[in-house]
Amino acid sequence: MNRDLIKFLAFATLILATPQVLSGSYLMNVLLFVGIHTMLAIGLNLLLGYAGQISLGHAGFFGLGAYLSGILTATYGWNPWLAMPLAASVVGGLAFLIGFPILKLKGHYLAMATLGMGIIMYIIFNETIGLTGGPSGLSGIPAISIGSLAFDSDQKNFYLIWSFTLGMTLLTLNLTNSRIGRALRAVHDSEVAAQVLGINARLLKVQIFALSAVISSIAGTLYAHTMTFISPTSFGFNFSVELLTMVVIGGLGSIYGSFLGAALLTLLPEFLRGAQDYDIIIYGALLMVMVKYMPGGLVRGVPDLFRKLLKKRGARHA
Amino acid sequence: MQFDQLLQYLLSGLSTGAIYALIGIGFSIIYNATGIINFAQGEFVMLGGMLTLLFLETCKLPLWAAIPCAISVATASGILFERLAIRPLRQPTPINLVIITIGGSILIRGLSMLLWGKDTHAIPPFSGEEPIAVGGATILPQHLWILGITLLIIAANKFFFYYTVSGKAMRACAYNRRAAGLVGIDVRRMVLFSFIISSAMGSVAGIIVAPLTMTAYDVGVMLGLKGFCAAIIGGMSSGGATVVGGLVLGVLESLGAGLISSGYKDAIAFIILLLILFIRPQGLFGKAQSERV
Amino acid sequence: MLEVSGITQIFGGVTALEAVSFDIRKGDITGVIGPNGAGKTTLFNIISGIYTQTSGRVMLNGTDVTGLPPEKLAMLGMVRTFQNIELFGGMTVMENVMVGLHTRSKSGLLACSLRLPWSRKEEHRIRAGAQKWLEFTGISELSDVTAGNLSFGKGRLLEIARALAVEPGIILMDEPAAGLNSQETVELACLIRQIRDLGITVVLVEHDMELVMDICDRIVVLNLGVKLAEGTPGEIQKNHEVIAAYLGDVD
Repeated sequence: MNRDLIKFLAFATLILATPQVLSGSYLMNVLLFVGIHTMLAIGLNLLLGYAGQISLGHAGFFGLGAYLSGILTATYGWNPWLAMPLAASVVGGLAFLIGFPILKLKGHYLAMATLGMGIIMYIIFNETIGLTGGPSGLSGIPAISIGSLAFDSDQKNFYLIWSFTLGMTLLTLNLTNSRIGRALRAVHDSEVAAQVLGINARLLKVQIFALSAVISSIAGTLYAHTMTFISPTSFGFNFSVELLTMVVIGGLGSIYGSFLGAALLTLLPEFLRGAQDYDIIIYGALLMVMVKYMPGGLVRGVPDLFRKLLKKRGARHA
Repeated sequence: MQFDQLLQYLLSGLSTGAIYALIGIGFSIIYNATGIINFAQGEFVMLGGMLTLLFLETCKLPLWAAIPCAISVATASGILFERLAIRPLRQPTPINLVIITIGGSILIRGLSMLLWGKDTHAIPPFSGEEPIAVGGATILPQHLWILGITLLIIAANKFFFYYTVSGKAMRACAYNRRAAGLVGIDVRRMVLFSFIISSAMGSVAGIIVAPLTMTAYDVGVMLGLKGFCAAIIGGMSSGGATVVGGLVLGVLESLGAGLISSGYKDAIAFIILLLILFIRPQGLFGKAQSERV
Repeated sequence: MLEVSGITQIFGGVTALEAVSFDIRKGDITGVIGPNGAGKTTLFNIISGIYTQTSGRVMLNGTDVTGLPPEKLAMLGMVRTFQNIELFGGMTVMENVMVGLHTRSKSGLLACSLRLPWSRKEEHRIRAGAQKWLEFTGISELSDVTAGNLSFGKGRLLEIARALAVEPGIILMDEPAAGLNSQETVELACLIRQIRDLGITVVLVEHDMELVMDICDRIVVLNLGVKLAEGTPGEIQKNHEVIAAYLGDVD
């Protein structure tokens, strides 16, 4: 068995054992959000950290996934297990189509264009009142169930969501360690050299854009069925920025970093309950501090810090 | 559709468009001097309005004194932003710059919320609220203030860039930063200048629009994005093309809100933004290169 | 092997290349030389699909490849290296070469995510293939070094190894000796011959005359965007027009 797999199994065991150690509905609720955010952060990280393409519109794909399966199940009585793949294919297809023109843009322009795309989706969630319920939201979304087992408590949903998140983690770990992951990093480092070696950079970027949209959509479906109620405010520009913060804090191009970033940003507001609403200031400050002092994110920055400290100490002893 | 009504939409569209133009020029000036799209641009617009309110209500200053105070503080925060966020960046890749300016914008917005709360506030109009009849439509005195001040600023801007040494140096930076540095222009100073000018212009835009639309800690996001859209239509020019871009956007929005639905009003700007970026990234007028200042 | 006919490139009114034509024979080492500004790099960028020429045609093994993007050309067996080496700086030396085997492997998104048995087998094949080229270029002991930390000379070798991993029929090298010391240049000459001995056609743009005259079978001389001469090193050295172009007109 290789090292990567052992690392992953340790991670999975750790996660799945938490409910044995910690309990309480509130805590489970927070931890299942860590799961959803991890999935979203991994999706965005594939695009931003590996392919080097920014998106400020991923909350839109998350919302689209949530609304599509919310509407299909609550309004049209579909089974969530059918709604999920349908929503994911629609969102993936849409992202694939948008991807061709949008990924022609680079850097700041790409950021603005994806931002605009996200806001258009947000406006659509608000304005198509007949379908989405508009600003007052869509309620009555059924819980997911397998046979007679309904995922209707936070503890059950914890397992549901984390099985998806862990599955997704394993798949993306595999992907990033494969020829496609290498090709992505190659495009990131030097697009022209990658092309000369036969990599169709444009198609690859579009594919990854679509893949990360699909991951966001699946997270959206899980979110909708866990909450049973969704409203547009969860899918706005602020949430796209929050996702970006998670990826940057955790570490660009690191799957476990995405988990770290997602966990930190989900737990932080819970610790700062007194300072509610002001978490936004902390996001802003964190983004700036991280980019300036730890551009590699926590996964690389913290070990580096330790190494430096140890070196200093070693020097003092010597 | 009656002519009067159309005229009404047109007039109110032109005045919001003027605001977008001011903000858009702010984007272009920084972009041309540094290659950065400053995602915090909208926050200076917000600061203009909120600071005016602060000086009016907390410091009890009269409006004519509160406005210059607000502009100075907003400009000072622009300088601070450049010094603290942009200049010390070790790896100024586009993605890092996007992230850091977004971080800065959130920070400014959050601090403003901490300071002023989440309520929306009104600033009194500069001179009365008596509507003035124009043809079959009416406009407010504030609309005239907006158009007048915008015109003035654009003229001052033109003068600065074409007739002063600093302005010419900034234009040189816009054409070729490396070459400008080689002939002895202090490029970093020009970067700072660009932040000063655009934060000042942004705050003015925020002040003159506040009596019409109210102001709050979070108005900067939308106004900033609309301003960016104006700049994109104008091909990131800091002159006439972006002004036209702003006016076109303002009028289209106003017509869209009146004729289609007010809910989709905000979407219009972003659809235009995407279309232009996809089809004509050099801007609607296409001669962006020759006018990039 | 490679036929270039009537290539003209005009940049905003300035003619960089004018009706340049030549053939490159299979198995040859061909040098493209000329004074600065002769249009050599422009020509390379056109042949390798990075620029699109104003007019003219490029044929590769009898098929018209005019205007094809670089990735298609790589599929058809043509690769190139760059004057200012373009490495994937964040990846290891081994990974860099493994990217070179991209066109020689085909596991898709799904197969890679699921680590299907055959995609795992393919991964082993890619690694073994990369190892072979690292050994061929003599940098296999560096395989775990991050490419961004390599010296310029080793970086050049890595770029060549990576290009060879595509298993091309023809390789274009843009000033391979630029930035190398004399010892490294000698080794490079040896390596280029070895590449030719594998049956790969080599085309190089080069300023180092000694190297060009030493290893090339044929030479194409460009000056100010037009082809001045073509022939064996011996013929070129005797050509008066070429001498005049290099030394400046002396009459």
